[in-house]
Amino acid sequence: MRHLLTIADLERADVDRIMKRAEGFAEVGRRDIKKVPTLRGRTIVNLFYESSTRTSSSFELAAKRLSADVVSVKAVGSSVDKGESLKDTIATLSAYGPEAIVIRSPHAGAAGLVARWSEAAVVNAGDGKHEHPSQALLDVYTLLRRLDSLEGKRVWIVGDVLHSRVARSNVLAFRMMGAEVTVCGPPTLIPRGIAAALGCEVSFDLEGLAAADVVYALRMQRERMRETFVPSIREYAARYQIDSRRLGPRQLLMHPGPVNRGVELSPEVIDGPNSLITEQVESGLVVRMAILYELLAGSRPQPGGGRIEPADELPEPTPIKEPA
Amino acid sequence: MTENPISSLQWRGAGGPPETLVLTRASVLDPRAGVNGVHDVVVRDGRVAELAAPGSADPVEGEVIDAEGKAVFPAFVDPHVHLRTPGDEDEEDIETGTRSAAAGGYCCVLAMANTEPPVDTAADVRSLRERAAQDASVPTGFLATVTRGMKGEELTEMAELRDAGAIGFSDDGLPISNARVLRRALQYQSLVGANFALHEEDHGLSRPAGPHQPHLGGVMHEGVVSAALGLAGIPSIAESSMIARDAALAAYEDARIHVQHLSARESVAAVTAAKDAGVRLTCEVTPHHLTLTDDEVHSLDSRFKMNPPLRSEDDRQALIEGLRSGVIDCIATDHAPHAPEEKEVPFEEAAMGVIGLETAMAVLHTELVLPGVIDLGIVVERMSAGAAPFDLVPPSVAPGSEANLVLFDPEAAWEAGAEGWESRSANSCFAGLALRGRVLATIVAGRVAYRQRSFAMGVAG
Repeated sequence: MRHLLTIADLERADVDRIMKRAEGFAEVGRRDIKKVPTLRGRTIVNLFYESSTRTSSSFELAAKRLSADVVSVKAVGSSVDKGESLKDTIATLSAYGPEAIVIRSPHAGAAGLVARWSEAAVVNAGDGKHEHPSQALLDVYTLLRRLDSLEGKRVWIVGDVLHSRVARSNVLAFRMMGAEVTVCGPPTLIPRGIAAALGCEVSFDLEGLAAADVVYALRMQRERMRETFVPSIREYAARYQIDSRRLGPRQLLMHPGPVNRGVELSPEVIDGPNSLITEQVESGLVVRMAILYELLAGSRPQPGGGRIEPADELPEPTPIKEPA
Repeated sequence: MTENPISSLQWRGAGGPPETLVLTRASVLDPRAGVNGVHDVVVRDGRVAELAAPGSADPVEGEVIDAEGKAVFPAFVDPHVHLRTPGDEDEEDIETGTRSAAAGGYCCVLAMANTEPPVDTAADVRSLRERAAQDASVPTGFLATVTRGMKGEELTEMAELRDAGAIGFSDDGLPISNARVLRRALQYQSLVGANFALHEEDHGLSRPAGPHQPHLGGVMHEGVVSAALGLAGIPSIAESSMIARDAALAAYEDARIHVQHLSARESVAAVTAAKDAGVRLTCEVTPHHLTLTDDEVHSLDSRFKMNPPLRSEDDRQALIEGLRSGVIDCIATDHAPHAPEEKEVPFEEAAMGVIGLETAMAVLHTELVLPGVIDLGIVVERMSAGAAPFDLVPPSVAPGSEANLVLFDPEAAWEAGAEGWESRSANSCFAGLALRGRVLATIVAGRVAYRQRSFAMGVAG
């Protein structure tokens, strides 16, 4: 893999490889010294044009645990604020010779443009309402730790599908892993043509929810009311909130965060036994380590052209025993 | 409605003496004039003097062009271009835009008024016409806006604008959202005469986040591709419902309207219904809507961003059928130059619009005529039919007509944009496309306005 731009670009083998590496890194996380020297001397730029807590912190920590040098640039307070174009910003940051650029942008396709404009490996950390592939991979990883396989499992993604990059990436990723996916929400928040576009089922009510093995709730933003997508948050919650009455005892619950308590999820299910929400955050770290490893250590340019492809076997990460 | 010759519009060739030209053994095609055969075309004193038997024309006088195996058509008329003057001359100006037109085989273009600032005073129109008389390679008409500053509120002084030489009125780029304002304008048309070119888009439907966030407007066709990409969509009904509204207004006021850039099946249906009901309505379609679909947007390449957007294959088929049947009257490019920095940004942020003058005929020839989708005669007719809605005499090869002709090599193979563009901008959605068929020369009122570089012309006498 050269970049991670979309789930649509990935093959099943890519996902399997990242899952396996993430397991290896999970072991590192249980050690006293949680750091491996794999990416020592490599530079990773985190470029975030949108506010983000978990994605940016988890990419930053993932890079540090791999011993890479990390520069984090946020749009607020940077030259981006002063009207610099994305192209010029990338040209400027490219002067540092980063091996990887992790970018979050409010605009679809921004990561793809960065991949065109720079030599670095590019990770899409969310581009507009398009895709959020690292989220989908960490969600697959989280589920695989519980379910062994997603083959034939039924996943319901519930909420504001229209404005959700997570929904798009996750439908594609879950389907790639063999699951059947239903997207559910108010008709105003389900994009026309999504069934044909992503190969999922569509439901406008929660009636069939009992058949789901996994319920994946999406964040409902309050401004959607003002934009007349829903008449009120109250009515939305009454129809679509996942609560202990609707969530069966054997159903797993997921959410990409941050949660609006009492809107898409009731407080008791957030902290309930079916909830994987905290595990998703934990998975985020090891999966993002695996992604950076895959792009930077797994396959690298060979002097004189071509690329060295990664070995099938994951090399045992070696802990640093003493500070050098 | 009185019809004016193409040469009544301003261009820099007007002062020069007409040439005498003989195009020998040309395959002459002009369905409107009922001409389809091999002739020696004799051009003299700015007019088509004669369609002589092949090889029979007297070669002694003037320039002789060997046109064997080449085609001669009536030159093209584009009722919808953006010359970006005044205000955005870094993207295009009258000189480069009309050079681009001449290179595409056009003998006439009509420039939209959504410049910076918009063309809404008589002084603006007069100054543009003066500039065209100095700089324009082909006769150029200028529309003025319907509303002051294109704000959609107050009418411009249309009678004065008409006296100053405005060829029509349009707020193109924006719809006239308020039906009352458009109704008043249509009432006023009986005073000013000129046609209204309407950009049909219901912003209530095309800006999905609503009035609170107009900047979150739709950026592509609403459909399967927009669902996959998570891009805000512009539904087909944003266009067709406005066409239906404006057709009803035109019918009520007995006014005439020209509907710009049809893009959707529903729009073709709305136009068909209006025409069947006797509404005085004409309409246009672009080469890109006839040949491309929203599938192209999967690449998130901003070259495929324009308004109205590329729609589905089903829409494209409806447009082709509409063009074939005559429901769609003419082809217009909506030539819309943009600076690189307006396009080298993420898709959602990119400016809408593509250039199109230099590729229009070659693209239609390659993508629709050669595969047998549409007859060459229909394309040739529609390429100049945009003259009539604006009261210009359509170009013709018939003897006695003003000599507005294009010489076209149907065999020439070239790559769009490979040798650069005559336009100042390069935002073509066809760049890199392998094309068959090329304009070799454009003749305006008997004067050669353009010769393709590699096309050597033999001169005799």
